[in-house]
Amino acid sequence: MSHHQLDARRMLCPMPVIRTQNFVVKLPPGDTIDVLCTDPGALHDIPAWCRIHGHEIIGTQEQDGELMISVRVGVNSD
Amino acid sequence: MNQPKNQQPKAVSLISGGLDSMLATQAMLDQGIHVEGINFYTGFCVEGHTHAIRKKDKAKPKRNNALWVAEQLGIKLHIIDVIDEYKDVVINPKHGYGSNMNPCLDCKCFMVGKAHEWIKKHDFDFIVTGEVVGQRPMSQRRDTMPVIQRESGAEDRLLRPLCAKILPATLPEREGWVDREKLFAFNGRGRKPQIALAAQMGISDFAQPSGGCCFLTDAAYSNKLADLWSARGERHYELDDIMLLKVGRHLRPRPHFKIIVGREEGENRFLEGYRKQFTHMYTTSHPGPLVLLDGTAGNDDLQLAAQLAARFSQGKMAETVCVELHEKGTAKRELTVAPLTNEEIPLEWYL
Repeated sequence: MSHHQLDARRMLCPMPVIRTQNFVVKLPPGDTIDVLCTDPGALHDIPAWCRIHGHEIIGTQEQDGELMISVRVGVNSD
Repeated sequence: MNQPKNQQPKAVSLISGGLDSMLATQAMLDQGIHVEGINFYTGFCVEGHTHAIRKKDKAKPKRNNALWVAEQLGIKLHIIDVIDEYKDVVINPKHGYGSNMNPCLDCKCFMVGKAHEWIKKHDFDFIVTGEVVGQRPMSQRRDTMPVIQRESGAEDRLLRPLCAKILPATLPEREGWVDREKLFAFNGRGRKPQIALAAQMGISDFAQPSGGCCFLTDAAYSNKLADLWSARGERHYELDDIMLLKVGRHLRPRPHFKIIVGREEGENRFLEGYRKQFTHMYTTSHPGPLVLLDGTAGNDDLQLAAQLAARFSQGKMAETVCVELHEKGTAKRELTVAPLTNEEIPLEWYL
């Protein structure tokens, strides 16, 4: 299992979702990824995308206007 | 006989986030079709950006409606970045523009064409859209619907469940993958049939009834895009260009430069991200907006831009206002200027 980071700061939705989607598709189940964002819309959209694709949100943090959304890759990583 | 590639036929549905594509998709799910959604991000999508940028819109839901619809329907949604490929659609639309800079027919041909590429790559059987004959003046007319089938390459693998019964039968119908009798014959701009079908399907919550999701249909936005091309002498754009057209007050006091003035805190914060790319300024003696300058500006132009920045600050009634100027490639400097009055700002400067 590997841990990854994805920088989607200064991008507006849906770009953080697209970047997450395109990154996650290359990862095996169980890998984790921290997505860094600044668009508050990502707090809704990335979890929604994860729910419909079978990935798990394992945490969200917000500090100084920056968000970190942590995802565990599920089996349906297509 | 054409067998579906899959034992359970598979369709990809173009999901905009509005009601029509939601209904069309549900109609396919009700017939036992495996459906996944696809949504194309062109850079001109209305929702998301403006809510994220403008502080006054903070109370509005920030959800992406396409994702929300997919979740309600229980289907996957693939969001595809087509920003670069889409430029040719906007810049050189074969079928021309609508009432503004909206190339709706070319756009639909492009998107169905991308969906067609997608189904070939992923071994799906057909494409579904929420189109309705007569719903839209350009892309959803009886005479333009075959154009979309032809130019997208999808041909009869494109099924429009909401109006299928008034169109020739498509491959999924002829081959019995889909029961044509259970499809619909919606026609025209009215929304009552869709609202009634939503109720019948148990769908009570949905986003805007239809359309209105593209900045290119907006007259003010289109004017700013036309101005951008005119000022640059070429029809070209980058993502940053079209994002900035969505934000702030744009004024072009001289042909060779324009200014972008943040209208509120959220916009100022968004424009902050572009400071390094642009000559910019803000008032220091009074609270005021961040102002970006796009183009080339001599000293007189900078003075004029500073006077405009002062006009949009809280010092607009003061005799003089101090403006900190950050010119690209030079050290910052301070200008003391008299704010322009409203009468001194010709209306035609406003884009």
